[in-house]
Amino acid sequence: MLDGVLSFTARNVLLGATILGVSGGVLGCFALLRRQSLLGDALAHAALPGVCLAFLLTGSKAPLPLFVGALAAGLAASLVILAAVRWSRIKEDSAIGIVLSVFFGFGIVLLTWIQKLPAGNQSGLDKFLFGQAATLVWEDVRVMAALAALALATVALFYKELKILAFDPDYAASLGLPMGRIEMLLTLLLVTVVVLGLQTVGVVLIVATLVTPAAAARQWTENLGVMIVASAGIGAASGVVGALASASVPRLPTGPVIVIVASAVLVVSLLFAPQRGLAWSRVRERRVTRRIRRENLLKDLYRVGEAEGTFARLVPAPRLMGLRGQSPARLAASARPLVGAGLVERRGDAMRLTEEGRREAARVVRSHRLWELYLTRRLELPSDHVHRDAEAMEHALTPETVAELDRLLGYPPVDPHGRPIPPPEAAETGTGPRRQAAEARP
Amino acid sequence: MSDGEPRAAAAPAGAVPAIEVHDLTVAYRTQPVLWDVDVTLPEGRLIAIVGPNGAGKSTLLKTILGLVRPITGWVEIFGAPYEKRRSWVGYVPQRESVDWDFPTSALDVVTMGLYGRIGWLRRPSRAHREIALDCLEKVGIRDLAGRQISQLSGGQQQRVFLARALAQDARLYLMDEPFAGVDATTERAILALLKELRATGRTVVAVHHDLQTVADYFDHVVLLNLRLVAAGPVAETFTSENLQRTYGGKLTVLTQAAESLLGERAAGGG
Repeated sequence: MLDGVLSFTARNVLLGATILGVSGGVLGCFALLRRQSLLGDALAHAALPGVCLAFLLTGSKAPLPLFVGALAAGLAASLVILAAVRWSRIKEDSAIGIVLSVFFGFGIVLLTWIQKLPAGNQSGLDKFLFGQAATLVWEDVRVMAALAALALATVALFYKELKILAFDPDYAASLGLPMGRIEMLLTLLLVTVVVLGLQTVGVVLIVATLVTPAAAARQWTENLGVMIVASAGIGAASGVVGALASASVPRLPTGPVIVIVASAVLVVSLLFAPQRGLAWSRVRERRVTRRIRRENLLKDLYRVGEAEGTFARLVPAPRLMGLRGQSPARLAASARPLVGAGLVERRGDAMRLTEEGRREAARVVRSHRLWELYLTRRLELPSDHVHRDAEAMEHALTPETVAELDRLLGYPPVDPHGRPIPPPEAAETGTGPRRQAAEARP
Repeated sequence: MSDGEPRAAAAPAGAVPAIEVHDLTVAYRTQPVLWDVDVTLPEGRLIAIVGPNGAGKSTLLKTILGLVRPITGWVEIFGAPYEKRRSWVGYVPQRESVDWDFPTSALDVVTMGLYGRIGWLRRPSRAHREIALDCLEKVGIRDLAGRQISQLSGGQQQRVFLARALAQDARLYLMDEPFAGVDATTERAILALLKELRATGRTVVAVHHDLQTVADYFDHVVLLNLRLVAAGPVAETFTSENLQRTYGGKLTVLTQAAESLLGERAAGGG
């Protein structure tokens, strides 16, 4: 079907990149959740000397010997890391860093040497550094598909063991599950992905196809199964976009483009994913901050009205600014939506509460004063300590909680500072709290 | 999980000790963590392991579970090595030992308690999920089954771990600080659960930090500080003298508290 649109090369690149994207996306989830992203990178870099040695021994670039070479070197690297952590005083991150660079350095030495051999120039092994997807032939794609199918089937069969390995390996071991062997299996699967990516992305960038889609997928879901599917999807999509881009734009390398596309998806996910996205949490914070500022302005207007005995008088802006040390811009920003909602009336620089605004303000003041009273009575905090706490809480109290507080405290008329607590009717009907409050005062 | 008798009940209760630790020495590299520990723990009791930080309490649990290899000595569970008694033992690790941001639900974590029984190449079935839900019910948070685990409070997370161990339907439970950092409601719920376990013949061995509650919550106590200081019924063993030996006289305030508690008990009990 693709043959009509794409050249054979482009088709091979497209399929190869998709296969790599799916398998990297799936296995990457486990590496990420085990906090072993760096181990994936070490395995990839360590594959280079293995591939070179396999070439030297067999003289062929056939997939199977290269796979065995990469696997042997990857396993050797992971064993050295394990041994270093267990038997020496080197910590895991340092051990991974050291092993990664030593193996990679050795690989580069071998690679340079191979280049100087008579048959070396044609080996094409240097392509394994950064990958060159255009060299993929149909046979390569078939081997990749078979390897990927094997790896994905293994994940499906050992899903629950791999999951518990990532979450709580000690507990799993106490149940009798052979965690050492499962860990080895995961390493084997990660090496498989490395081998899949040798020709397309190259050893240096393979870790990105493991970690980036998984990290992006994690932002969108709280379910491991969904995360794996999403990660595979992101990996595949990055592969497709990378392959198409490099097919249509001359001299655009496939591997790096795949990595850049996946990284772009990651950035978007980190910013905009519903629960974890940074942008949404900023928006939520801003919303809360603005609401608190608006409610505080209502409360300030209410207090001034209370002190002057009337809510009808216009309160000049400088007086309001002085109450909380606010800038004129901030005051104006808080006032604007209140004016729009018909809660505050503004005349030039001065403002006052409308009838509806007075009810809303009474509600806020009521929560504040009830909460202050609760803090002094129940927690026995001194009355000069509670204002700040009440200030923080009043905006978070639901009407039900306020009613419950009122009941618990026995419907008190005044707060710890002796100021009247507006009754619920004042917050609902608008009879005006002043008279009732004045009557309630002893 | 079935009520009443433990699934693994085979030998008559009390015939063999729940745990026998013999001459156990454990070291991390060159640092000895447990030294010549010899202790026998009876079946059907609530047993506290008490000692200062770094006394080897968690290591003792992990060695009993076969997670840490001793240099010398052996452990037997109901008269046999751990490998043969695995299905009789449930484990509650420290809450901080896992990443609670893991993308999974409370029900999923509890189902992990059944992984040993489910077997290779199989997925948890509806029946397994029913068992897990029952266990969540027993710790009072069945309604939170679908909740992502990072959205649970510390106490609720601890209950999830307990439910997971309950799903194992074990005869002996090893718990690493089940009361650490939980709210008062959870503490009461856990205590009720321990008593229920004891009532159905199970044994619980728990690392415990709060010396004030040892005498109230447990029947039996193991005082540990690299070496075994003392082990036995609380009334005889949890004395200020033994505590002094365990903590090296550093925790005088706490030992006094324990003493006064024991005094009250003695006065109350005649």
